[in-house]
Amino acid sequence: MSKPEKLPIPLAEPEAEVPRIHVAPGPHISAPVTTWRMMVDVALGLLPVLLAAVWFFRWHAVLQVAVCALGCTAAEAVFARLRGRRAPLADGSALVTGLILGLSLPWSAPVYVGVVGSFVAIGVGKAAFGGLGQNIFNPAMVGRAFVMISFASVLGATAYVSPEGPLDIVTQATPLTVAKEAAGEMPGLWPLFVGSVNGSLGETSALACLIGGLFLCLRRAAAWQIPASMIVSAAAVAGLANLVNPETPLTVLHHLAGGSLLFGAVFIATDPVTSPLAPKGRAVFGAGVGALVIFIRLFSNYPEGVVFAVLLMNATVPLINRWTIPRPFGAPKKATVSDGARA
Amino acid sequence: MSLADAVASTRSTFRRGIHPPDEKALAAESPIEVLPTPKEIRVPLLQHLGSPCEPTVKPKQAVALGDEVGNVEAMVSAPVHASVAGTVGRATVATLPNGRHVGVLPIKAGEQEIEGRDLYQDLLGGEWPLEEIERCEPREIVEAVRRAGLIGMGGAAFPTHVKLTARDDKPIDTVLVNGCECEPYLAADYRTMIEAPAAIVAGALLAKRALGARRLVVGIEDNKPKAIQHMKTAASGTAVEVKSVRTKYPQGAEKQLVRAVLAATVPEGGLPLDVGALVVNVETAASIARAVLRGKPLTHRIVTVSGRGVARPRNLVVPIGISFSELLAASGGVLPGAARILAGGPMMGFCVGSTSAPVTKGTGAVTVLTHADLQRARETACVRCGRCVDVCPLSLVPTRIAIAARHKDWDLARRYHIKTCMECGCCAWVCPAQIPLVQLIRMGKAEMATA
Repeated sequence: MSKPEKLPIPLAEPEAEVPRIHVAPGPHISAPVTTWRMMVDVALGLLPVLLAAVWFFRWHAVLQVAVCALGCTAAEAVFARLRGRRAPLADGSALVTGLILGLSLPWSAPVYVGVVGSFVAIGVGKAAFGGLGQNIFNPAMVGRAFVMISFASVLGATAYVSPEGPLDIVTQATPLTVAKEAAGEMPGLWPLFVGSVNGSLGETSALACLIGGLFLCLRRAAAWQIPASMIVSAAAVAGLANLVNPETPLTVLHHLAGGSLLFGAVFIATDPVTSPLAPKGRAVFGAGVGALVIFIRLFSNYPEGVVFAVLLMNATVPLINRWTIPRPFGAPKKATVSDGARA
Repeated sequence: MSLADAVASTRSTFRRGIHPPDEKALAAESPIEVLPTPKEIRVPLLQHLGSPCEPTVKPKQAVALGDEVGNVEAMVSAPVHASVAGTVGRATVATLPNGRHVGVLPIKAGEQEIEGRDLYQDLLGGEWPLEEIERCEPREIVEAVRRAGLIGMGGAAFPTHVKLTARDDKPIDTVLVNGCECEPYLAADYRTMIEAPAAIVAGALLAKRALGARRLVVGIEDNKPKAIQHMKTAASGTAVEVKSVRTKYPQGAEKQLVRAVLAATVPEGGLPLDVGALVVNVETAASIARAVLRGKPLTHRIVTVSGRGVARPRNLVVPIGISFSELLAASGGVLPGAARILAGGPMMGFCVGSTSAPVTKGTGAVTVLTHADLQRARETACVRCGRCVDVCPLSLVPTRIAIAARHKDWDLARRYHIKTCMECGCCAWVCPAQIPLVQLIRMGKAEMATA
């Protein structure tokens, strides 16, 4: 890259040291943004959600998130070691995965759930594909799905509820369980919005998610098209469901503020690695996740659908990318479509 | 006009692009100075896109300032001239900043009949009689421009007379004069617009006349209010419109300027003339005026020497063929922290491997960057954040093209329109993983061409 300059370079001061002149192709300057700073932005965006979780679930939230953050970081180090590489902990991506995984678990999940979830998230979700940037599925959701199925007894709808729970809100069923099983009274919209309801640690407060999401989009750490299209499409499908079945306790707003729809829209579906590259693709992806979330909530055995909706749509990302190659500046509309078809 | 075009036109800009720190304050307020005549210059025999020139003078022959010293019959070419009076030496080879090895003709300076302030007056000052323009035949204008060896001085280096030749199949409706100068550090065009706006107006009117165009617009980025003011004053009472466009990189790219000013979209793989527009740089316009109204060939150009690695950033009138080291010496020399010497700006400029390289007609700036400016971190994995997609002014997917180029998958590269890329470097500038995106794309294009 660099070589010492042989010819005399006129110097500003006679005794100054001769600079070594580099030769490299342009551009020679770059924006002050690194992968590390993007991850820090995501962590900052998660802060309101984290604070809300600590407010409502006290030390349970602290413990759960700490276990997953440490677990993911440790897993990253272990798997990097196994693959004979230096652990790329400096990019902060494992920490972010840990924070999201921790916030997606219920307060009552035992410590081993967090540890197993972390190792599956990083090991199966990321390292197995070749590390940062190579994975197809959202690592946190891979870990979440694994523990959700493996430890069904401690992570099912009943796991959230404890009659002798240490906090008031955990004595009630989660809003979506209420809707699914008629297991109590549906909470009002205001508690759903603020977050004073039972649920996974990070998902209860719609307000905190919106604040964090706004920050992420403004910092461009998340593509705004994804949460926007996801919310719109979820609202549209939920609205249709309401038309078909007006008796349901779940109105469109209940759908939006309840469960982890907003948390997923802002922090999970926006994972850059596992979402499409181009704006149009991102919109398609978000719309797909939003629709699937509502479908799963309405038609499956699970009260909540974000985990599987995101994983399903992750699988379609390569296809979406291929279909949504942007039309270059000045290219005719028709030609690009046929190019895409040939591709 | 599509909706996107309409929106772009009301905002006087194009879509996407970046905002690098402009750094123009280093040199913008330094008036253009004339360099003392150097002892020797080396005139490159190829300074444009097209065929190289053959020397038309013999070694030891005496030449005057402005004598033709190299020419070739080919259509896409431009003759070269002696930029000092003196004695011609034996032709040798030099490496230009863009990496090309070309023949150069050395000329040892003898008695110079015009120097210093007089030279400045001859180049930029004095009267530019607009009434004479009406008397010029289009064919005469084109011929004068060809004889003067004019090429696009904004960086593209395409022979100007080819552009000015009217074509029946693609009539030109609008001549656009490009005063954007969107690269960081550069101020040569800015100074020209302030110090010689009349020459630019005259040259622009000549270009309009040569092409039989209906409209004439000067587009200037809105971070140069003083230049806009001077150009407006010089243009009052003429057919020249002065329009400010939004400051954004790469606003000075032809297609982006056409979009911003005319709200027209140049087709992919096409040229502005496909939408009836022609773009000339401001310094090229001034040189057209000089070539036609004063019959003077292109022997000198204005170069910004700037950057934190140089002691006294400034704007200089220099003879073409002078070495980079003399420009640096004239700017107080290079500081100890210097890391890269560029021909051009930091976005699209070329690194100079040796400071003995000669300045060409296309060299608008010498930028000396320091280690602190470079601060490039180690390359990390692509996290597919799509920032490169968000900034690409041509709506490409740089990360995909770069990966395809890295793996020599030319099919994939074509599918993502590798050839459309104009190598502006926005993608590499913005990439948080520090992946050399445009560098990979450039390499891929070169390899595809030879494959």
